[in-house]
Amino acid sequence: MCGIVGIYLKNKKLSKDLGKYLTGMMEGMATRGPDSAGFAIYSNNKKSKEYKYSICLLNDFSFSAFKKIIIKKFKKLKLKQHSDHVVITSEENPKKLLSFISSEIKDVSLVGYGKSIEIFKQVGNPRDVIKNFQLDKFSGTHAIGHTRMATESAITTNGSHPYSTGQDECLVHNGSLSNHNNLRRNLIKQGQTFGSQNDTEVAAGYISNSLSKKISLKETLVNGLKDLDGFYTFITGTKEGFAIVRDEIACKPAVIAETNDYVAIASEFQAMAHLPGVNAAKIFEPEPGVVYSWGK
Amino acid sequence: MGEVIKLDLKKKSLRDVNSVLQNLDPKSNLRNYLISNPSGNHAVCAGLKDEMEVTVKGHVGYYCAGMNQKALVTIEGNVGTGVAENMMSGKVHVKGNASQSAGATAHGGTLVIDGDTSSRCGISMKGIDIIVKGSVGHMSAFMAQSGNMVVCGDAGEALGDSLYEAKLFVRGSVKSLGADCEEKKLTKKDLELLTSLLKKGNIKNVKPKDFKKYGSAKKLYNFNIDNVSEY
Repeated sequence: MCGIVGIYLKNKKLSKDLGKYLTGMMEGMATRGPDSAGFAIYSNNKKSKEYKYSICLLNDFSFSAFKKIIIKKFKKLKLKQHSDHVVITSEENPKKLLSFISSEIKDVSLVGYGKSIEIFKQVGNPRDVIKNFQLDKFSGTHAIGHTRMATESAITTNGSHPYSTGQDECLVHNGSLSNHNNLRRNLIKQGQTFGSQNDTEVAAGYISNSLSKKISLKETLVNGLKDLDGFYTFITGTKEGFAIVRDEIACKPAVIAETNDYVAIASEFQAMAHLPGVNAAKIFEPEPGVVYSWGK
Repeated sequence: MGEVIKLDLKKKSLRDVNSVLQNLDPKSNLRNYLISNPSGNHAVCAGLKDEMEVTVKGHVGYYCAGMNQKALVTIEGNVGTGVAENMMSGKVHVKGNASQSAGATAHGGTLVIDGDTSSRCGISMKGIDIIVKGSVGHMSAFMAQSGNMVVCGDAGEALGDSLYEAKLFVRGSVKSLGADCEEKKLTKKDLELLTSLLKKGNIKNVKPKDFKKYGSAKKLYNFNIDNVSEY
């Protein structure tokens, strides 16, 4: 099943409420995906050289132990703990920092990184997960969330959404892909790397691979209608906005509510019922095989 | 109209509200209900079996008024998947849009939708009258067995795929017909039927003769030995 949600704020004054809105949306979708949950929050970062790295601490590896290792190597960085995740903010060269983490620190995994994305995911009921991360305290420009009912791969943090396979990119998925093994092999040949056996990670890799060739997000998703075989409603986030697309059979639901202040997407309307002014919003379902996008 | 009894889903649980409506005192004349704050809940007004009038103020989730018998349910908002699914009798009126599978497998009664429906409207319908003032999405009336579907707007791809005896009337364009669905001649009897269906849907200013009729070509009814290589 799985539940997916997204919110893009047109009215920038609402940015401090972004986490609060997404909290209600994730709670509304807890019934569709009780196994794990995750979300990505995008915010404007005025310091253009700064990168943010969302890191998950594995196997009870402590924040203080992680901090000790990383600040020994890199002097100028900020660390913030959120439950079992750490967000590093640094102007360091991403290649240098990421290769240090992957080679020198064993019990961590990179959830995602970029100039505006922060991304968190955890096993457990979505209601608990959002409490652990204090999602309601976050502010930002747009956000995407997922509640997972696991089908084709194990209930682990690595098997949870959103998947981020490129800078400031992320993907959530309701559905299942049938040709992901073949696609994964082809993408690995093209240099894409994968951290799980999950089908959605392949779709995320497919999108990142295409975007890296300077193909637009819209064109990428249109091409995906041919290349990705299976059932899906995708919400894909980028630095400036997000897009939604459903496969041409369209048996995985989605509903969009648009007001002058925001665009909200959810698997079911009940996830949006708490949003201000939603009853007077323009409410519609995305048509099968059509890409809808907001922001850039 | 007599007294209207108010049921607020912010104050009462969905189960309590449905339970009130599902267990009316047969001797009571209190048959008018107003449900507020549906907040996209699923299965609102499911399984009603007595004569009553229920108005739902707001948007609802899946399977609203499913399995309905005799009740008149009006939704002043949009509905999710499977509104009036498996309805037996009565009437369901949606003032907004409907999601997929509206009126699925329904045996009887009338479903009126003022807006549009998404895909698979009337899938496997078995006797219901579905009247849509707007348009219907792709694969509508898939395997529809009996009953009537009236669409004042357009129909999406693969209308009436693997259709049985249901009659489909579309006023606007049809993106494509599904397997074994074909246009039929609009007879005098059909025009009479359409007139009564439009009246049921309280639709004025739409002329029955503007519709086209679609039905089954009946080529898939029996196994054809020439197609054996296809299996």
